[in-house]
Amino acid sequence: MSDVQTYFTELVGWATSQLEGEEVLLASFTGESSDFVRLNGVKVRQAGTVTQRSVTLKLILGDHQASGTLRLSQQPEIDRPQVASMVRTLREQVAVVPADPFLLYCTNPEMSSHRAVEAELPDAADVMDQLVSVSATEGHDLVGIYAAGTTYRGFANSLGQHNWHEATTFNLDWSQYLQADKAVKSGYAGTHWDEAELTRKLNQSRQQLAVLARKPVDLEPDHYRSFLSPAALIDILDMMAMGGFSLKATRTSQSPLLRMVNEGAKLDPAVSIRETTVDGLAPNFQSDGFRRPDEVTMIESGAYGTPLVSPRSAKEYGEETNGAEAHESPESLVVDPGNLPADEVLSQLDRGLYVGNLWYLNFSDQSACRTTGMTRFATFWVEGGEIVAPANVMRFDDTAFSMLGSNLLGLTTTTETVLDASTYGGRQTNSYRVPGVLVEDMAFTL
Amino acid sequence: MTVSEMPASAGSSAMAAIEPELVSLLESLPESVEYATVRFRSDESQVLSVRSNVLEPIENGIDAGVMVTVWEGGGSGYGATSELSPAGLSSALAAARRWATATADTAVLPAAPFGVAAGAYSGPVVIPWSSLDMASRVDLLMGASKRLAADDRIVDWEAGVTITDSSQLILSTNGSRIEQCWSNTFPTMRATAAAAGLVQTRTLGGFSYGGQGGVEVLERFGFSDAPDRLASEALELLAAPNTPGGTMDIVLAPDQMVLQIHESIGHPLELDRILGDERNYAGTSFVTPDMFGTYQYGSELLNVSFDPTLDGELACYAFDDDGTPAKRELLIENGVLKRPLGGQISQDRAGMDGVANSRACSWNRPPIDRMANLNVEPGNDSFEELVAGVENGIYMETNNSWSIDDSRNKFQFGCEYGRLIRNGELGAVVRNPGYRGISSTFWRSLSGVGTADTSVVMGVPNCGKGEPNQMITVGHTSPTCRFGDIEVFGGER
Repeated sequence: MSDVQTYFTELVGWATSQLEGEEVLLASFTGESSDFVRLNGVKVRQAGTVTQRSVTLKLILGDHQASGTLRLSQQPEIDRPQVASMVRTLREQVAVVPADPFLLYCTNPEMSSHRAVEAELPDAADVMDQLVSVSATEGHDLVGIYAAGTTYRGFANSLGQHNWHEATTFNLDWSQYLQADKAVKSGYAGTHWDEAELTRKLNQSRQQLAVLARKPVDLEPDHYRSFLSPAALIDILDMMAMGGFSLKATRTSQSPLLRMVNEGAKLDPAVSIRETTVDGLAPNFQSDGFRRPDEVTMIESGAYGTPLVSPRSAKEYGEETNGAEAHESPESLVVDPGNLPADEVLSQLDRGLYVGNLWYLNFSDQSACRTTGMTRFATFWVEGGEIVAPANVMRFDDTAFSMLGSNLLGLTTTTETVLDASTYGGRQTNSYRVPGVLVEDMAFTL
Repeated sequence: MTVSEMPASAGSSAMAAIEPELVSLLESLPESVEYATVRFRSDESQVLSVRSNVLEPIENGIDAGVMVTVWEGGGSGYGATSELSPAGLSSALAAARRWATATADTAVLPAAPFGVAAGAYSGPVVIPWSSLDMASRVDLLMGASKRLAADDRIVDWEAGVTITDSSQLILSTNGSRIEQCWSNTFPTMRATAAAAGLVQTRTLGGFSYGGQGGVEVLERFGFSDAPDRLASEALELLAAPNTPGGTMDIVLAPDQMVLQIHESIGHPLELDRILGDERNYAGTSFVTPDMFGTYQYGSELLNVSFDPTLDGELACYAFDDDGTPAKRELLIENGVLKRPLGGQISQDRAGMDGVANSRACSWNRPPIDRMANLNVEPGNDSFEELVAGVENGIYMETNNSWSIDDSRNKFQFGCEYGRLIRNGELGAVVRNPGYRGISSTFWRSLSGVGTADTSVVMGVPNCGKGEPNQMITVGHTSPTCRFGDIEVFGGER
């Protein structure tokens, strides 16, 4: 048991001793000890270390509840008075708020769990030196961020349940620039640093940069046969996941995949999309204490399957929860591979766009799951199965029902695993394992 | 206002409590440290929401932490921690010094460029939220929620408010001491209507309604009258035809202008983007340093200010997070690009003048170039005159979709609510209005700017940028504006 886990366990034990009568306390923990190095060319823009821990306390009395999040100092003499004060505040609020008909929390202490992902990470300063050296000696204009360290997630309640998840990982997210907006984006993330693997990825990017040096083509708005790399498909999936797999969004008519539920619309039979907690880096429990199943299949052979159901939605709509958080979006997303061999992607694409990355997606018509966004980084025009030239950025505007439905030509036989590099508030634990997809007549508008 | 005149808050009490520890930390530094700063930040928040007449779980928040930044031996680094004990602060300082040593040969600037600054700021609050007890807050929102449910076709609805109180203390080895406090209020409201396979949502200004202040902020945005209007307009949209496609004039309401300004003026003018810092994430800019002073960014009607002094706007402050005194500057004057959005570090790197916009979203992230308050100055056309100047076009309200390329050029926006304009008069309501264009030409098509009485003080609560990522509030004020010959489109159905 790590020091962080021990501290959280003892703090919740102490907080439980502050409860009165029939009160129940739920406590969720999140924390990290992370190094961040931000690079721009041969320079370091910012480098630092962030240590942060916080706990969210939910006080429940009957069917009344209130919650509060506290940043922790990891010192009992500082944190315990804060916890006591928050519990008093929550008690006052619980006394005046109306009963909550949708309150649901785990009451089974046997749902306890523990998972620790071990790692061998290099010193972050050494990684920084290596990357700056590569930029300086090989002329790479490398820009991006190296983030590494341990992330913590925990749950405990006054009923005796304890869940803990900690993972030590690194995530190097970078781009190598040729000029202006011509660049190759890449990522290297995991638990065991391998310098040879980094070198391989840098060399791979360098080869693509050579193609980017060719004169770019300006494409007219039109429909183009397109290959979306796994990174590009992840952006499409992120939009679909903004309510698409949520029970609440479906029942309130706000799901972008509402037509699949209400009208029987389907994606291509080759498309299966799953939340595969067992293979991901996200915890297998959620903040009301419910455990997640190893796998939930949201799209099965193109048809709508099982939505993600938070405890609150479960109570509201009379369904069983499957351990989703309130946002009801996937955290360990997997798309099944298909039949398109990776070495046949260009020949099968024949004439069209090879899209390395997409950028800044948003719904242009949410109820139709019509999404717009830009191509970015390594995107190439292909003719005769050969890359001809880089393509200047294009805006697409198309529906998931088209791209992954009527116009889907195939998914690659291989998938790529991507650990979310997002760091809003703190380092995230989301992950993806997805193939690339070949699409006929993808709509580009600007 | 001096510090002694400020009302005591939990944040200012926390600042007073920790200041001796922070002073001790700075005094413990060896002479080899050329410059160091400690920034303590605390935030208290409350999120209240009534969805479909049921109070969602109340979310209270208390956050506090310290960032120590050290410049030593030609390098710089930071250590940030929520562990506010002497041991925790010492660890953060040690981390900052380690990074300073490690970056001695590679930091973007070898020495801190900051001057001495001292002062305080306290945001305006007319009616503090503490004057409204929890039961009254819930009653207020429940009342709004019940009025939103005006029809069986309203299938989901919500009324809420987010309240934040923030305090920040900056101390530096050069003697700088800056104390600032802000209270922000963000009202939210939504009515979603569905029937016959169509879904339409109407909100209170999308994500753009918020300001410095207390309870009084609600009525700046018409909170009391909004439920009936939003429910009615959501139903109206269900029955409305799709927006016709084509090239035409558009008139944009302030709650759409807010995103247009943000994405296609604000981000392209950020100096750190121009310097390449954001190329791996938020992107670069079509603007280059040589454009300042000569580039015709928009028509002669376009005047854009950086204004951290506009009372009640979200990003008002006296100093940015590097300690630079904040003042109003014109960035675009009569359509000509004048000045970038760059803080002191970016200014030194680029050799250009900028503004006081180096800001961090919290104690756990270092300051970077942000927008603060970025406003379009009012013009001379009344709303009626703006509409009268359109033979065939669309009036659009309330952003619900935004997307732009990484150089901040090719954009596409969607709005909740549209009305046809025919022969200078507002006509039928249309659903799913959207338009697309290119920043570098779009602003030159600005053909009318509304008077001050069409202007609304708003903002964006979730501007994302930086590595590690930061989400921050920025302010935008804009009048209603008209643009000529824009590509317009509608929805799928």
